This record gives sequence, C-alpha cells and structure tokens, in this order.
Amino acid sequence: MIPLIGLAAGIVIGLVLSPTVPLWLEPYLPIAVIAALDAVFGGIRAALEAAFNDKVFVVSVLSNVLVAALIVLLGNQLGVGAQLSTGVVVVLGLRIFSNVAAIRRHLMGA
Amino acid sequence: MSEQQSSMPVSTRHAWRRLGRLVRPRLSTGNVLAALMTLAVGFALVTQVQAANDVALDELRETDLIALLDDVSERADTLEAEIRLLESDKRALEQGSGTEAAEAALTRLTSHQILAGTVPVEGPGVTMTVEAREGGFTPTMMIDLMQELRNAGAEAIQIGAVRVVATSWIGIEDGTLLVDGQRVEAPFRIVAIGDPHTLSGAMAIPGGFTDSVRGIGGNVQVVEGEQLVIDALHRVEEPQYARPVPSE
Repeated sequence: MIPLIGLAAGIVIGLVLSPTVPLWLEPYLPIAVIAALDAVFGGIRAALEAAFNDKVFVVSVLSNVLVAALIVLLGNQLGVGAQLSTGVVVVLGLRIFSNVAAIRRHLMGA
Repeated sequence: MSEQQSSMPVSTRHAWRRLGRLVRPRLSTGNVLAALMTLAVGFALVTQVQAANDVALDELRETDLIALLDDVSERADTLEAEIRLLESDKRALEQGSGTEAAEAALTRLTSHQILAGTVPVEGPGVTMTVEAREGGFTPTMMIDLMQELRNAGAEAIQIGAVRVVATSWIGIEDGTLLVDGQRVEAPFRIVAIGDPHTLSGAMAIPGGFTDSVRGIGGNVQVVEGEQLVIDALHRVEEPQYARPVPSE
C-alpha cells in the first residue's frame, strides 16, 4: 500500500513542480523511466506470487535504472545511441507486457 | 465478490488475497524504501512525460536535429521547386502564350475585316478602266471579271464606289450596271488589290474579260500600281437566319 501511495505522491509532486529536465539527464530519463516501470510491474507480479521482497524490489529498480542509463551512455559513445535506445525500449516493453500478462493471469485466471 | 471468488480457481483466490494484503499499510523499512522508489518512479515518469510534450530544439539529440533539418530542407526544396514552376507559368502567361493568342486573334480579326469589306485597305494591285457601249454589257461579263480577278489572287475588289464582298451581286437596270443594288455608270473604274503582275496577266488571257469587252466594241485599260487604296466599305448586316453551329 505504501509503495502505491508513493507512486501516486510522486506523480502529484511531478505535476505540481513540473521540473525541467537537466540537459545531461535528457537522454537517460526516458529509458530510465521505462526500466523503472518494468521493475514496478515485476514487483506487482512478485507480490501476487507471494514472492515480493522489499530489498529485491529496491535493488531491481535501482539496477534497472542504472543499466538502462549505462546502455544509453555506451550507445551514445559508440554512436548508436538511437538504435540502442530503441532496442532497450523494445526489450523492456516486452518484459512489461509479459509481467502485465502474468498479473492478469493471477487476478483473472485467464 | 464472494460468488465470483468461489467460482475462481484456488491460485486466483490466493492472488486476490495477496492483493488485499498488499493494500493494507504495513510500515517497515523495506516498504518505505519501496515507496521511495515508486515515488521517484512516479516523479520521473511525469517529468519525462512533460518534458517530451514540449521539446525545445536545444534539448533534442543530434540525430533528431539532423532528421529535423533534413525534413525541413526537403520541404524547402519542394516548395522552391513549386515556386519556380509557378513563376515560369506566370512568365509564360504574361509574355508568351497570352500575347501570342492576342496577336493571333488580332490577325484573324484583320483578315476577317478585309474579307468582309468593313475596313479600307491599301496595297499593290491593278486599276482597270472599262469603257463599254451602252447596252452591250451583260452581268455575266462582270461576274466573269470578278471570278478572274479572284482566281488571280485579288484580296479586295472595288467596282465604281462599291466594295465587292462575298454577298455582292451584279445586275443590269435600264442598261446600267448594278453592283449590290448601286448604279455604276460607265466608264467603270475597278480596283483590285493583289499581286499586280498576276492580276494584269489574268486580264490579258485570250477569251477572258478584256476580250469579251472588246467583242462588244468597248475598251479595257489595266494599270498596275504599287500603292492603291480601296476605301469603299461594305455594311455588314446581322444574319437573320444563319446561326453558327455550337462548337463541341
């Protein structure tokens, strides 16, 4: 429950403050957000499977964000930033889909 | 809800129960940490969404900028080509075909006016003076003359003070020649505009008009001229019955 409240609070804070993204963060933020979303859906799925662990969740969010940022950084350094970003988004999107499908199976049995 | 749950498989019931447990607030370090994480996720999500909604040019990546630049220059090229096309069209309309069409129409109008006899004309041709005895002259001879002159390429003919046009008719009244209903007293003065040599040559053909006039004891005098004027005009009357067939 508290994590859900945290999510809602984060959205509200973002809407109220509407901060400007710093220039150095600009390429990493979208990928980081998608990676974090992947972790959130994975956490919900783990909770429904009674396998949720706070520590694992925190570490997975942080590591997802870090790895995503690293991949983007590496891609930008190699000159294939756009392509690598697309690849990361595709992979994370697939994971989000499969997590959501698992959640749906748990809750609806279908 | 309870009915629904009873019809559900066991694992689904467990999942709902776990969801219910999740919704219950449990204060623990891990939970607070997770909440912090989700707070950050929500914050970043909204921030990114808002940033993506209003992307300024200076925040775009190099590749995006290049793509944008390509797009813009391509559109500019297309528009430039269109401008060139339209301007050449404009020029063509202003100087080329427009005035050409007007000139062609003017030329056509002029030749129609000359054919209809509504304008005075000048040019090279022949002047004929025909003396004939009273009574010996027939309309047929006059028609022969007109045919011979036209055959020789006469573009405008005047008999006496009458312009000869497509509708002109010749008659005799009381021994006096009538052209288009107007009396023409002998000696007739006939002016024809065309190539002077051809016209005078046509008048000299044996068995032609000159011979016929001499046959009745008259005389024909043909004088070539370089600058003759036909000033007799024909009044064009509005056709009463004939109408042009509408063009398709």
